[in-house]
Amino acid sequence: MPLAIALDTRGAEAAGPWIERANAAYPCLIDREHLVARLYGMVNVPTAVWIDETGRIVRGPETAGTSDAWREMDPATYHVPAQARDELRTVRAIYLDALRDWARNGPASVHVRSQREVRDRLPRLTEAAARADACFRLGLVLQQRGRADAAQRWFQEARRLHPDSWSIARQAWDLEEPGKAGGPEFFAAVRALGERTYYSPIDMDGMPR
Amino acid sequence: MQLTVVYDDTQAQVEATPEGERLWLAPAELRAATGWELKPEGACRDDVCVPVPPGAQLARAGGAVDLVALAALLSRPVVHEDTEHVWLVGEAAEERRAALESLEAPDFALPDLSGTVHRLSDYRGRKVFLVAWASW
Repeated sequence: MPLAIALDTRGAEAAGPWIERANAAYPCLIDREHLVARLYGMVNVPTAVWIDETGRIVRGPETAGTSDAWREMDPATYHVPAQARDELRTVRAIYLDALRDWARNGPASVHVRSQREVRDRLPRLTEAAARADACFRLGLVLQQRGRADAAQRWFQEARRLHPDSWSIARQAWDLEEPGKAGGPEFFAAVRALGERTYYSPIDMDGMPR
Repeated sequence: MQLTVVYDDTQAQVEATPEGERLWLAPAELRAATGWELKPEGACRDDVCVPVPPGAQLARAGGAVDLVALAALLSRPVVHEDTEHVWLVGEAAEERRAALESLEAPDFALPDLSGTVHRLSDYRGRKVFLVAWASW
């Protein structure tokens, strides 16, 4: 069963239209404080975790069925060239097939990882990242109190402490101005990655690249 | 002075004395804000007690406890915005790490669009594909 979590500080106002349009048969929850990101060490969206019937993590957290092919996108038009679109479609298809395989076969699925493999692949939760989370949360408190400028100072500090967190960076931009998370500053920050990845590649047989 | 202490899910208005990077609270205020209190065994919360190393200077004459020293003992970060009188105690990295390394999926409670709260643990007995997304 999918369980979708919207890491949206602007809550229903921001996530609602997407949820309503999806008209999903599964729960779509609103996570204004990015609690799930903190609990699972997530730094970007979409990120997925596979949890078995006993409540155990059997895979993830990992990039949920997408890849850096989106970086071919034209920042002005948001148009993605056909070849990149094909790659994104392929990545998604492989990932969804894997999910279906798990749904059917449970622990017998090749995509279910051993405990050791899951542990080895867990994100590194550093002291700096924990401090970044505290700064981010303080920013949220200030944002709620209408202290938008003070909030942004704390978001900046969070970003300084945890520069790998795209969810912190993009949520901060979104709070500054809706749309900013997909604007010129964002694309500049992605370009600045150079050869480094935006999305951690999915470690799964058949994935392109 | 009156200020706000944020600790886990609790936001409490307390009487406290900030002194630079220290924040002194009376024991009752500390307990109200964080659930922690100092006992002979150490710093205690529910069933857990953490020994206080000698020289840690958690309390001073009169009984007031320094929240920052307590947080340091718990390896939790503290940040504060003095223009709004808010002090926030964050989570300890090592606790988060240990929780994840257990491979037990951390539980949480969040609302859907209609306001109904769902817990991850509500779905025990089913495979859950937990996926985080965002409108941004």
